[in-house]
Amino acid sequence: MGKITLRNVNKSFGPVTIIPNIDLDIEDGEFVVFVGPSGCGNSTLLRLIAGLEDTTGGVISIDGRDVTGEAPAKRKLAMVFQSYALYPHMTVGKNIAFPLKMAGESAEVIDRKVKDAARVLNLTNYLDRRPGQLSGGQRQRVAIGRAIVRQPSAFLFDEPLSNLDASLRGTMRLEISELHHQLKTTMIYVTHDQVEAMTMADKIVVLNAGNIEQVGSPMELYKTPKNLFVAGFIGSPKMNFVEGAVADKFGARTIGVRPEHIKISTTAGDWKGKVGVAEHLGSDTFLHVHTDQGTINVRGDGEVGVNHGDTVYLTPMPTKVHKFGADGNTM
Amino acid sequence: MARAVTTQHKVIATAAAWIVALLIFFPILYTIITSFKSEQEAIQGFDLIPSWTLESYADVQSQYNYWKPFMNSVIISVGSTVLALLVAVPAAWSMAFSPTKRTKDILMWMLSTKMMPAVAVLMPIYLLFRDLGLLDSRFGLTVMLMLINLPIVVWMLYTYFREIPGEILEAARMDGASLWGEIWHVLTPMAVPGIASTMLLNIILAWNEAFWTIRLTTTEAAPLTAFITSFSSPQGLFWAKLSAASTLAIAPILIMGWFSQKQLVRGLTFGAVK
Amino acid sequence: MLAPAVGLLFLWMIYPLLRTIYYSFMRYNLQRPETYGFAGWNNYFYFYMDPGFWPAILNTLVLVIGVLIITVVGGILLGMLLDQPIFGQGIVRILVISPFFVMPPVAALVWKNMILSPSYGVAADIAKFFGASPVDWFAQYPLFSVIMIVAWQWLPFATLILLTALQSLDGEQKEAAEMDGAGFFSRFWHLTLPHLARSITVVILIQTIFLLGVYAEILVTTGGGPGYASTNLPYLIYKVGSVGGDVGRASAGGVIAVILANIVAIFLMRAVGKNLDK
Repeated sequence: MGKITLRNVNKSFGPVTIIPNIDLDIEDGEFVVFVGPSGCGNSTLLRLIAGLEDTTGGVISIDGRDVTGEAPAKRKLAMVFQSYALYPHMTVGKNIAFPLKMAGESAEVIDRKVKDAARVLNLTNYLDRRPGQLSGGQRQRVAIGRAIVRQPSAFLFDEPLSNLDASLRGTMRLEISELHHQLKTTMIYVTHDQVEAMTMADKIVVLNAGNIEQVGSPMELYKTPKNLFVAGFIGSPKMNFVEGAVADKFGARTIGVRPEHIKISTTAGDWKGKVGVAEHLGSDTFLHVHTDQGTINVRGDGEVGVNHGDTVYLTPMPTKVHKFGADGNTM
Repeated sequence: MARAVTTQHKVIATAAAWIVALLIFFPILYTIITSFKSEQEAIQGFDLIPSWTLESYADVQSQYNYWKPFMNSVIISVGSTVLALLVAVPAAWSMAFSPTKRTKDILMWMLSTKMMPAVAVLMPIYLLFRDLGLLDSRFGLTVMLMLINLPIVVWMLYTYFREIPGEILEAARMDGASLWGEIWHVLTPMAVPGIASTMLLNIILAWNEAFWTIRLTTTEAAPLTAFITSFSSPQGLFWAKLSAASTLAIAPILIMGWFSQKQLVRGLTFGAVK
Repeated sequence: MLAPAVGLLFLWMIYPLLRTIYYSFMRYNLQRPETYGFAGWNNYFYFYMDPGFWPAILNTLVLVIGVLIITVVGGILLGMLLDQPIFGQGIVRILVISPFFVMPPVAALVWKNMILSPSYGVAADIAKFFGASPVDWFAQYPLFSVIMIVAWQWLPFATLILLTALQSLDGEQKEAAEMDGAGFFSRFWHLTLPHLARSITVVILIQTIFLLGVYAEILVTTGGGPGYASTNLPYLIYKVGSVGGDVGRASAGGVIAVILANIVAIFLMRAVGKNLDK
């Protein structure tokens, strides 16, 4: 139903190449997240799939059908925009009804489908309001409602949570995940936030300057990153990278170890250092330690009683050390 | 405001503001009051209370056929607005939604045509109108007013169109709307307030235009500006009638202006201040 | 889509302007059409030698600068006053902006007859009340009277723009300045005025465009007189061309008007250009 394939897809705006060459397979029903830093091309890629931009080269297929030249509406895809893009002069009900109206559905069908979507999204009481009268979270639900009602092959989300405040973001994240379990439709989700990526995705596509660095499940990317970029991008706080003598000992150009994979001791360990900033969250403790190997970030449990200025000894867990060669790839 | 405003502050400010406002408004106020006097009353000296007679208004119509220049003003104001919109909407549209590298330059150039002093082309325009038989014609005047205000109309529409977020049009496209569907269902409803504001401003500017409307008309097409101007040499007892004529001439535009302050700011600063 | 608008404006600008330049070099008087012929620089020479020429140039500049000063200073003060919390804000605003919507002939006639008239005007009544003899404004101070009328019409425009700008001044900035120890005048000079700079620039630019072409107010009140005391460049050109029928000389005057407008524009752009960003 919602199987999407990209072959040799590339995109340039005049002399500037945003996406050099992409091959990608998205299975029906998957929740795929395009993630990467600003300017990585994830929004552009989404818009290419949507049909809002034309490819400069390559083929996009949906369910085996070549849709490369097709208009967005014909591709049976629905998009939730970052700014929600609700029609300000229409009520919530009319907003959700709009795609059905464009498709020429009868009034009864439209009415029924709008009511269904409103029920799923808790919007039934707001059908007569205008977008200007709604809160951010409600507006987003209307945008999702407008997308659901078209029963598309796949949903496209363009950074939908970036305009919401932190607590609302957490709630909406859960709602979108729930929606996915309910509808079982393919969802392609663009974000810069790797926490969103890790928590929501079946499959993550890490993009950097228009190139796919790695494709895999969240755990795959976490446990076995293919290169420095992916290793440093996935996981919060960031992985620690050390070069020089320490790396040589492991036989690599660079080694990487995550803050949560380092043991803290006040008496003995591999790396000696002085604590710079100590953040006690109660559930966790984050230490920024200045060592001869550079500044190392460490995560310990809430009981770690170390403070600013104290001397600590850090020992990375040997099985969790990632080794990278001179080319940046994992060895 | 972090602290409460003292009532004393508010009272002083209110008094000062009202005094200044009434001083500024006084000439208009006194004209309106005088229009409800008879001529004898009007020259009797300063008096803020009129006898509320309508005889001056009646005289203005019976002696001078006021209705004609009034209708002329209406025709050329509305007419030039409609003409301007017909030309300006497509232009502003294409500049707002499909801008090119030239767009900014074209806008600047349009602005510069407004900066040309009208009097510089008085003679060629007068002669051209004479030769084409357009002198003292409502049609000629309408076209003229359309041309001189066109830059402002285009600029205003351009700024309003630019405020429509592109994403909403993309959403409509994703929702299956054709190009015409986009324009009809989404773009136009969102643009209507802007178009209405622009129309209002253009009507005001055309109604008050006091150069070409005077120089290119004599009897048939003379709008209110020319009509009032013909009273510049005093003809004895006529203050009340002049006040009545003036009140009628300015009333519609005053009221329109009261409701269009924001549009005025945007339009006359060519959208630079919003 | 763009073509009609651009085309029309282009024709409207190019054609008459070219004809004006053409006529300026021709001997063409509507009252003696048989004398039509090439005139070289004569029109320019005689226009320059017209006794009204220098007064007109001077009066034009005095008029523009005078009105600018009154409206900008007045606009800032009025704007600041209206920015205060006052009862009946809406009505006060309406009263203050009204003069702008009064058509110039009406404004001029009302001021001429009802306010400034030495026989029947309010100003005369006030003077008599204080035992002074009334001033014949249009005879003794003709240009100043015209400036008064035009400034009255444009003050609302400046006030509205500057008030809008004032209201966009962040309240928190004012509070921060207060905490930093800035008194009222300090705050005005270092905070308010710079914030207004861009709007003041816009006001000056826009008003100048219109003020260079003041016409109806002069036509209706002083007729440019006494003598040339209240004649500005547009009015002089009108007298030479429409009244005198001398198309050639009036066109030469028109070219000079365009040059003057461009000089003023360049001067303005350079002096205040840095405040603009369109």
